[in-house]
Amino acid sequence: MSAPSTLGTREPRPQLLDVEDLHVSYGAITALRGVSLGVGQGEVVALIGANGAGKTSTLRAISGMLKPRSGRIRLAEQEIQGLRSNLLVPRGMAHAPEGRGIFLNLTVLENLELGAYLRRDVPEIKRDLEYVFGLFPILRERVRQQAGTLSGGEQQMLSISRALMSGPKLLLLDEPSLGLAPQVVETIFRILREVNARGVSILLVEQNAHLALNLAHYGYVLETGEVVMRGQGKALLAAPEIRKAYLGE
Amino acid sequence: MSDFAQHLINGVAAGTIYALVALGYTMVYGVLKLINFAHGDVMMVGTFLGYGVAQKLGYEHQSSLWGVLAIFLAAMAACAVMGFLMERFAYRPLRDKPRLTALITAIGISFTLSYGFQLDFGPLPGAAPRAFPEIIAPREWLIIGDRAVVIWNWQVISLAIAIGLMLILQALVYRTRFGRAMRAVSFDHRTAALMGIPVDRIIALTFMLGSALAAGAGILYAIKDTAIQPLMGLYVGLKAFVAAVIGGIGNVPGAVVGGLLLGLVEEFVVGYSSSSWRDAVAFGFLIVVLLVRPGGLFGRVAAEKV
Repeated sequence: MSAPSTLGTREPRPQLLDVEDLHVSYGAITALRGVSLGVGQGEVVALIGANGAGKTSTLRAISGMLKPRSGRIRLAEQEIQGLRSNLLVPRGMAHAPEGRGIFLNLTVLENLELGAYLRRDVPEIKRDLEYVFGLFPILRERVRQQAGTLSGGEQQMLSISRALMSGPKLLLLDEPSLGLAPQVVETIFRILREVNARGVSILLVEQNAHLALNLAHYGYVLETGEVVMRGQGKALLAAPEIRKAYLGE
Repeated sequence: MSDFAQHLINGVAAGTIYALVALGYTMVYGVLKLINFAHGDVMMVGTFLGYGVAQKLGYEHQSSLWGVLAIFLAAMAACAVMGFLMERFAYRPLRDKPRLTALITAIGISFTLSYGFQLDFGPLPGAAPRAFPEIIAPREWLIIGDRAVVIWNWQVISLAIAIGLMLILQALVYRTRFGRAMRAVSFDHRTAALMGIPVDRIIALTFMLGSALAAGAGILYAIKDTAIQPLMGLYVGLKAFVAAVIGGIGNVPGAVVGGLLLGLVEEFVVGYSSSSWRDAVAFGFLIVVLLVRPGGLFGRVAAEKV
């Protein structure tokens, strides 16, 4: 594997997530062939690429939803590869998965409470609940409703809020803009910026490269399971290859 | 009219027992999408354990309040352990295998238990039915008219125990952190794990809970019918499974309603027609319900929005 071309310089930060040479396969099909990437503390990192490039597989391997074949994943200096999802939550990782993963049979409040499943600090949980209601006021209005009755946008808001309820250091987001009206997407991305400003690092998978790279400090471009390019968000956004392949120019 | 009242009472009594067993089927189906065909036999084992404890306590103590409590608690606790072992060693290794494998395993466990218990067990070997002791000394609780309707004390006590167990379960499933986790697991394992929920532990606890309820139901059944035998689990289990499907498998209130309906339907058929129609009507009822509502009375497919 040749080293990916690198654009711009990265602001130096202490490392939060460090993924090294990650390989993932589903039976005979190889999804990731040696992906390396990192997320610094307080950083927003975008992972962009076409359908089937391996974006979701990368997130799933990081959050323990699937076991990588090989490679190393470190969260806050500790090796976590192969650990199951439920063991990563207490280490500060939250994953709002592909398709939002809302428990449609539960109420909005129950979904949010499950986000805080491992926490025992009741007063802080209450405060965080108020915090996410502040971010997405519509959820407060729907709090007793079955989550299955929410619109797609509301479900996405719930998915992000629920992930925040675990009090994460690192938030993994899989396609938060998928299938949503532009206005809703705008709201969500505005909130993500706000969440990040409060110190939560974000690893964002997006097909919408424009949105993602605008938000991100740093970005990686994934192609058929490999990182082919990386660089500063703005620098990638300006790169002719990116404009051509992912921004339809 | 008095006939009607009597059948109603008997039907509810039978129905609550079906409901308690059906709850175990439906909860396990909820978290694993597995029909645990051994569930009825867990009930049978619970009944025999209760029988064993009653024997040990002897005539004097078995019908005291503490005796009855000991019989219920011992049987329920032992069955909870059995449910745990069954899940841990029979079903968990098959979690990622085709569902048919787990189903065949369930049938295997069922036969192992129901025929295993026909080996010499206690004073009466083999499949011979034995009389469950009268742990609640029968007394008439309420007599209406010229003995037109008789309600026995054990009917009232059984009903109270069954309803109590269901209320506890209801609170557990809908009011506690464990219940929320269980409902999350029954919706999706992987997303549940993303919340930090230890999925394996929740599944094991679900088995334990269902098995304990089955043991309780088994003893109530024995109080009602007196005769117990190793194959009773196959029969009552199948009926309870029908009840769970009628209510909508995977749905907790559905299991209760399905059990009650089935108990009432059977009782009225037996009362107004003939007992030989009992099973035909029970399964006919299942077919009719599934024709009209394929997901069962409470079953529904949640609409997914994109």
